[in-house]
Amino acid sequence: MRAGKRARALCGVLALFISTAASALDGAAIEKLAFGESDERIQALGALVAEGDPRAAEVLAALAAGELQTAGKRVLIVRAGEALDAATGEKVAPLPAEREDVVANNRLRGAIGRALAALKLVSRERGERLAAARALAGGADASMLPLVKRTLEAETDADVRSLLELIAASMELKTGDRRSRLSAIRTLGSSGNPSSKTLLLEAAADADAEIRAEAQKSLLAVDARLRRGEWLGLAFAGVSLGSILLLAALGLAITYGLMGVINMAHGELIMVGAYTTYVVQSLFRSSGFFDWYLVAAVPSAFMVSGLLGMALERSVIRWLYGRSLETLLATWGISLILMQTVRTLFGAQNVQVENPSFMSGGIQVLSNVVLPWNRIVIIAFTVAVLLGMWILLSRTRLGLYIRGVTQNRAMASCVGVPTARVDTWAFGLGSGIAGLAGCALSQIGNVGPDLGQGYIVDSFMVVVFGGVGQLAGTVHAALVLGFANKLLESWSGAVIAKIAVLVFIIFFIQRRPQGLFALKGRAVES
Amino acid sequence: MKRRSFVKALALAASIAALGAAPQAFAQTKTVKVGVLHSLSGTMAISETVLKDVALMAFDEINAQGGVMGYKIEPVVVDPASNWPLFAEKARQLLTQEKVATVFGCWTSVSRKSVLPVFEELNGLLFYPVQYEGEEISKNVFYTGAAPNQQAIPAVEYLMSADGGGAKRWYLLGTDYVYPRTTNKILRAFLKSKGVAEKDIEEVYTPFGHSDYQTIVANIKKFSAGGKTAVVSTINGDSNVPFYKELGNQGLKATDVPVVAFSVGEEELRGVDTKPLVGHLAAWNYFMSIKNPTNEEFTKKWAAYAKAKGLPGHKDKPLTNDPMEATYIGIHMWKQAAEKAKSFDVAKVTAAMAGQTFTAPSGILSKMDEKNHHLYKAVFIGEVKADGQFNVVWKTKGPVKAQPWSPFIPGNDKKVDEPALMAVKK
Repeated sequence: MRAGKRARALCGVLALFISTAASALDGAAIEKLAFGESDERIQALGALVAEGDPRAAEVLAALAAGELQTAGKRVLIVRAGEALDAATGEKVAPLPAEREDVVANNRLRGAIGRALAALKLVSRERGERLAAARALAGGADASMLPLVKRTLEAETDADVRSLLELIAASMELKTGDRRSRLSAIRTLGSSGNPSSKTLLLEAAADADAEIRAEAQKSLLAVDARLRRGEWLGLAFAGVSLGSILLLAALGLAITYGLMGVINMAHGELIMVGAYTTYVVQSLFRSSGFFDWYLVAAVPSAFMVSGLLGMALERSVIRWLYGRSLETLLATWGISLILMQTVRTLFGAQNVQVENPSFMSGGIQVLSNVVLPWNRIVIIAFTVAVLLGMWILLSRTRLGLYIRGVTQNRAMASCVGVPTARVDTWAFGLGSGIAGLAGCALSQIGNVGPDLGQGYIVDSFMVVVFGGVGQLAGTVHAALVLGFANKLLESWSGAVIAKIAVLVFIIFFIQRRPQGLFALKGRAVES
Repeated sequence: MKRRSFVKALALAASIAALGAAPQAFAQTKTVKVGVLHSLSGTMAISETVLKDVALMAFDEINAQGGVMGYKIEPVVVDPASNWPLFAEKARQLLTQEKVATVFGCWTSVSRKSVLPVFEELNGLLFYPVQYEGEEISKNVFYTGAAPNQQAIPAVEYLMSADGGGAKRWYLLGTDYVYPRTTNKILRAFLKSKGVAEKDIEEVYTPFGHSDYQTIVANIKKFSAGGKTAVVSTINGDSNVPFYKELGNQGLKATDVPVVAFSVGEEELRGVDTKPLVGHLAAWNYFMSIKNPTNEEFTKKWAAYAKAKGLPGHKDKPLTNDPMEATYIGIHMWKQAAEKAKSFDVAKVTAAMAGQTFTAPSGILSKMDEKNHHLYKAVFIGEVKADGQFNVVWKTKGPVKAQPWSPFIPGNDKKVDEPALMAVKK
């Protein structure tokens, strides 16, 4: 009974929302909200909303945001060093020194969120109404049914309407008579919302046989829709992992794939790129353009890793061409030196690279699928890097030289290509791309001195699996491994998936040592 | 010949430099060596490095007050680099070469299991400052972190209550090693005793250092469609950063699916954008945000120390957490016990440890149990705030006695929680 009263009062709020000026709120309710036990607080919350004062919304929002404090018996909203009395709305000066936070737990915060959302259902902004409807779809109070129905009559937007219908159905399923429950089940069956599934599962265990059967039918429909979302999510995860593997392996595809240098320091070149990003980020921290630090970090990471790679080629690797075992040992030594250097410079602990704010959060494509922005950005970045590299290799003079030198060094040299310099440039390019990978990886994972160790095996795996010397092979291999890994992970867990992928690669390389894409025709070395 | 004399000269020069750098070493002749065995690199460095620092702070503090019975503490810090066999080697080095009086160290249970035989063989003394899975009692170890009944069980009980959201389904997520596996075994038995069905419990593990949590977060979403779900996370080390990032980015809100973590504190959340994580929970026996005079003093001391030593991160934003508090308590209790025993001898100190008390920053009078080598602890459950601190939303009435042998593991009812008696039984 009380629930019904509250709902009517809620509608009252909406009317008052527009007309009345602020007045004092019920002091007793505010006190209960601040000092009471959980159940009391939930009650007080209902009472405040029912009181029909727009300032109630302000107090509740302050509580949810952790801005509500108490000083003695007084309840204050403290914001940016200024305090307002929660009950009267008057300014309190000076700020009392002894203040205690009013703690809101998940239960209270959820209830506040729904109460505030209910108030916003009549907003003029479509976005606000949609957000409010989404918040309510999670688990609306049965007392809100009349309110939802009334807003449903006035609502014109299709998206908001469908959500509201869903909310109404989910409430009717619990409280309504048999006929309205059956129709509610049908409405829920047409949705693709995970919370509908929860409700239908409950209904599927109902005492009434007809309701049970109907619920089963709807459940199948919802499940099918949810499954579509799950597959989409899985596909995205596969592409995302594939793009990360590809970025990590692209540089190696040049240094190892094209030039034949077994570069064990490749992982550390990635790590150097990540640390460069960290340094650039630290420089930007004090300026007002923190969100734009990646614009500077991407070229810096490329330059630093690239120059380091060129220096390595000039000083160490060029003396070891054609001696792969010695190269392996030398580059491994270099990788240890680089790791220890970074440890000495930055400390052994991970450093924190923060995402720019536009890379936090995600975009909701289906009710059960959110695609995170940082992963979308990295996929786009990988495509851009790939495109840039393809243009460089196939459309520029340097690319022509690199291809010429890797295909037939002696002939290239005969026609006047400065092969030694081309080697340096090519190695620098591969290292620079490793640096770009480091910059991207810093956005999703941890940045520490042994960051590269986690990617070196994966990088070699991708390049070898794709076929040494084949850029297209590297792309395919990265995507295949990304998908395979994610698919297996969703079945068997991360540990088994990793093992299974490695076992698969072993068998694959045994059957087909040249990788996915074999060089056709007569390669010079063979 | 020439080279050898050069090396000698170098060594001489180095030792002179070392002496020159520490002139007070001449003034203070009476010292006692104490080992610090925490990973300062690798996947666990994110959690363990501060424990080394807080130990050094406690030593400084004790030394400034005149040391232990007039002996200044001389810390020997080693880095086992998140490498479990290396823990055993370094422990052996501390006990045999450095001859330390006691060791403060370890975070993961796998590292503790690795050093345990060394401490028992050489009769060393280890203070272990982190919550763990129980199922162990050694006369050579004092456990200043929580046993399962002081952390895991109360947390799950809270999530089952109306205030915690009344969770019906459970997603147990952990790093793949002994602590998460055993804790989840205990939790599974506990949940079953509360009438939770087998199909409502899902157990998932990831390797150490795992960084791609896309599938797992998606699976949590899928699982939660079947009823009110709570996630119990025993993920350890730096994997927590990508896990919480993914959780935030995929919009899994605490009001829908709360995640309670047993190895995530203030330090692990540093550098994670905590705004989308508001309301996710952690269960500990101490939070930095707890208000009492002892904690105020402790956090102030830490802030001043971090600033003076220029500790990266902490000098700008000093944070304290539960294992730091446990380390701090352990060091002070060891000092008190040594003073009571009037000796650094392991057997005498062990005997004197029984019943030691210390006013802990968590606000209770922390007491070492007379027999079972574990501390009495108050249990707090906190929700993440937007600034990365925790709001305490639930706490026990008073200190809880540790049950290292969880009653939820079959066969434990016959075990005695006294190392002395355990030894006799063997």
